[in-house]
Amino acid sequence: MNKTTTTVKPVFHVQDMNLWYGNNQALKNVHLEIPENEVTAVIGPSGCGKSTFVKTLNLMVKRIPSVKLSGELHFNGQNILKDKVDLVNLRKQIGMIFQKGNPFPQSIYDNVAYGPRIHGMKRKKELDEVVETSLKQVALWDEVKDRLNSSALGLSGGQQQRLCIARAIATKPSVVLMDEPTSALDPVSTLRIEQLISELKNQYTIVIVTHNMQQAARISDQTAFFLHGEIIEASDTDSLFSVPSDRRTEDYISGRFG
Amino acid sequence: MVAREQFQVELTALRSQIISLAHETEKMLEKSMEALYNQDIDLANEIIEYDKQLDEKELKINEDAILMIARQQPVATDLRRLIIALRISSDLERMGDNAKNIAKAAIHLGEHHGLTIHPALNDMKQTALKMVDLSVKAFEYEDITLARKLAELDDLVDNMYGEVVREMLEKTATNPQKIQHIMQMAFSARYIERFADHTTNVGESILYLVKGETLDLNK
Repeated sequence: MNKTTTTVKPVFHVQDMNLWYGNNQALKNVHLEIPENEVTAVIGPSGCGKSTFVKTLNLMVKRIPSVKLSGELHFNGQNILKDKVDLVNLRKQIGMIFQKGNPFPQSIYDNVAYGPRIHGMKRKKELDEVVETSLKQVALWDEVKDRLNSSALGLSGGQQQRLCIARAIATKPSVVLMDEPTSALDPVSTLRIEQLISELKNQYTIVIVTHNMQQAARISDQTAFFLHGEIIEASDTDSLFSVPSDRRTEDYISGRFG
Repeated sequence: MVAREQFQVELTALRSQIISLAHETEKMLEKSMEALYNQDIDLANEIIEYDKQLDEKELKINEDAILMIARQQPVATDLRRLIIALRISSDLERMGDNAKNIAKAAIHLGEHHGLTIHPALNDMKQTALKMVDLSVKAFEYEDITLARKLAELDDLVDNMYGEVVREMLEKTATNPQKIQHIMQMAFSARYIERFADHTTNVGESILYLVKGETLDLNK
């Protein structure tokens, strides 16, 4: 059952990782392997460190001046906490999606083309192709192909979120991090994003923070349960949601606290 | 642990319904054997009638459990609690049917069959009743040690059943004219044996609840 740690190559290997905001420890001795081309769900009550954890994976937390980090965080074999890393290059490989779709106040086309342009893609034909492929991958192409030059802000919430996923994958990352990507969406848009996640995992490694336990159960291969900055239990999703090994996991997933 | 108080209340109510249904099956077996031994046709008819109420109670438990799954979307142990509620209520309903079948056998035998009902049937009944009691306790306290004990008692019932049937077969050789009556007695022994089997299913459900895996208590 524990296929996640044995047979699939881990993209991230996190070991004894600690994180402090000033004097406040937000992550404690975190150990986790995130396997390639699988969906890893991160669950836990508010303030448990799950968003912090995900923002550590692309070193976004380092933007906060009071943050201190220790331990090891290997991305494709390189300890990115210790070695000098090119952040622009790192984030090209690790895309991120947030709670609410946050398209730039630009056209739909320019939103998707933004990343590739930054990374030096200039030829219109190439850009057209990336925009089309990315929008097709998120199943948005048919809805917007006739108005690519309209403002992205005119799209519905669900469309905006799919556009942001298209923007994230336009730079061909290997990992997509999602921090509660459907918490602001209606049920149908939520299910479309979930469907999309299942399709995208063939090409990307996905880490998703979610408050919605059923969502974690539906879409993930592996689930990590965080509480007070620690991983209480991480295992394949089938086991975690049917026979969790820790009482606290059981209480949380059964809705007895949190 | 204040969250999901309503769900907890509903789970407790469901559990009480199941325990009460289990006690009804106990009563049914007791009474049907009484009808058999005392050649009491009226009592036998009452039991057959009463079985309909058990069927309704099983239906009610099923409906409640399905609604709770739909509304509360339980996972892990909570989900298994509801799954076993469905399974156990079905076992209890079948136990009621077995008691009803004994009542029917009593009617078939009639009032003046002139046979002595084999005393081993009474011993089988006593053990089967003990098994219901044990399964109720195992269910109530989610106690797998008690659940496992059901397997031992079931072996006992199976052995008694084997002996009774052998003896009765011998009797048919010497009393061919009584074959219909002896058959009814053998059937009754079989119904008690099946009744006991269902209590081991209840035990298996409890093991599944606690362990999250399926184990066989009835080999």
